[in-house]
Amino acid sequence: MTQPVLKLAKVIVDFSGFKAINQLDFSVQPNRVHFVIGPNGAGKTTLLDVICGKTRATQGNIQLHGKRELSKMSENQIVHQGIARKFQAPSIFPQLKVIENLEIAMKQKKGLFSILRAKWTKQEKDKIEEMLNLIGLEKVRNELAGSLAHGQKQWLEIAMVLIQEPDIILLDEPIAGMSKKERDKTGELITQIAKERAVLIVEHDMDFVKEYADVVTVMHEGQLLFEGSMEQVQNNSKVREVYLGRKVESDVVNTGS
Amino acid sequence: MISQKLFNNRIIFSVILILLLFAPLFLTDFRLNLLGKFLAFAILAIGLDLLWGYTGVLSLGHGIFFGLGAYAMAMYLKLEATGGQLPDFMAWSGMSELPLIWIPFQYPIVAIALGILIPAAIAFFLGYLTFRNRISGVYFTILSQALVLVLVTLFVGAQNLTGGTSGLTNFKTLFGYSVNSPASQMVFYFITVGVLAIIFISCRILVKGRFGKVLVGIRDGENRMRFLGYNPSTYKTFVYTLSAAIAGIAGMLFVLQVGIISPTMIGIIPSIEMVLWVALGGRGTLIGPVIGAVFVNAAKTGFSESYPEFWTYFLGLMFVLVVVFLPKGITGLFTKWKERRQKQNDTASIEVSKSYSRL
Repeated sequence: MTQPVLKLAKVIVDFSGFKAINQLDFSVQPNRVHFVIGPNGAGKTTLLDVICGKTRATQGNIQLHGKRELSKMSENQIVHQGIARKFQAPSIFPQLKVIENLEIAMKQKKGLFSILRAKWTKQEKDKIEEMLNLIGLEKVRNELAGSLAHGQKQWLEIAMVLIQEPDIILLDEPIAGMSKKERDKTGELITQIAKERAVLIVEHDMDFVKEYADVVTVMHEGQLLFEGSMEQVQNNSKVREVYLGRKVESDVVNTGS
Repeated sequence: MISQKLFNNRIIFSVILILLLFAPLFLTDFRLNLLGKFLAFAILAIGLDLLWGYTGVLSLGHGIFFGLGAYAMAMYLKLEATGGQLPDFMAWSGMSELPLIWIPFQYPIVAIALGILIPAAIAFFLGYLTFRNRISGVYFTILSQALVLVLVTLFVGAQNLTGGTSGLTNFKTLFGYSVNSPASQMVFYFITVGVLAIIFISCRILVKGRFGKVLVGIRDGENRMRFLGYNPSTYKTFVYTLSAAIAGIAGMLFVLQVGIISPTMIGIIPSIEMVLWVALGGRGTLIGPVIGAVFVNAAKTGFSESYPEFWTYFLGLMFVLVVVFLPKGITGLFTKWKERRQKQNDTASIEVSKSYSRL
């Protein structure tokens, strides 16, 4: 097996008595589209939170490339280690133009004095151009990001995550509220992204998971229930049991099979 | 279109600058002195806009930074006026020799430097502690107001050091020239215009660059910026410190032209008024707050001269009207008007192309 990009060992997240994540061992392999599914309250979003530093682990280790320990770093330091996160609600900057959103997101030194002295380089311009083409927003580059359609905002945010050139991308329900066409485009985008890095996605839409997943992890009550391909997940009795207890979501799983 | 917009802004700025430079030809000495005072306020408003309009940090305590600059200059002028003797109020309070903290202010260069550095240092200290601990929004605003209360009380209480409630006044010379002569007042006016132009242009360069976009990012989504790899507290501390330094400069220019500084001019009410200048002129535009500061203060003077009994009501009414009808301030009115004109142009060109297609 190759060295995992990210490895969580015995991580506990304790919200004053309630263990949102309980003794979780979890790892992400490079160049994979890795989905995390599970019933509500399974700890999926908390998992992303704890990786990117939004929530602190009460116990346990989170290691990047098997050496750098993330659990003690601040959010902005973690970003510079190569982890980028896209949140559930589109959180672009509505008062900035599309291109300006990318400009501040771009991988660069982000300390005060570096930014004060920042000047456009050819490389930076090319990179932003490339990103605009990838997400198909080259024509609206000078529009305020707040005026974009919902799907376009989501892509802009994915681009803002990508342009940080991370080793791992964390996506929280990237296709929520999207039309069929927008979903397909997002799926393609994710496949393309995963060629160079690992993508970790929390998603509820089982059809989407089935179509694009390399690996699927099922979480339940803060622990890892099962990990494997979508097919293995669907045929696993433990998984069925957990989902059957919740009628609506078990239907979703079954429609996939 | 973008170049045209820039061009327009540049024209507005140039016109204002030329008007200000030629103002001495049209205005009496008294009016010129008033305008100079308003421009000192305008300098402060630029710094406050950088902090509130761009970074989203509302400080209701900028009066104190203004005051610290003003007092630094006033202390020098006072010592210069007494010719190295003990200032009168100190003698009345029973002091026999110059207190230690007054000694550096004998030297004009040191006094000017301290007039910038002291407000900056206090802002840095307060900003560093609060922003690092992620205290923001209303909580920071309350803290900034508490700072005013504490320092003003201190200024009033330490009568033997600061002149108490009556403040510092009766200045005579600066660098050996009389402060009150029309000629030196003219020079102070031009210095104020010059400083205003320099600060305006430098802030504009800051804001138009990548730095300005990062500030807007912090204003609209501080947490999001953390996950893009920025540390917002460093930026906020920097901008707070910078705007305090600018307020200090404004205070020094104010004292030179007005000839008095007292605790009532730097307390809570003036601090809130400063925020009103920015709001009235238009947040996040830099030029708006300049217009706002001059406009509000000119209105204040005008009302109080013509209607000495009712002027405070007029002023209050004006604030209410602007807040209700012009939420984006005076500059908001201009942009609205510009947009409407542009729309008219667009529809006109559509009609032209329609009539062509009919042919």
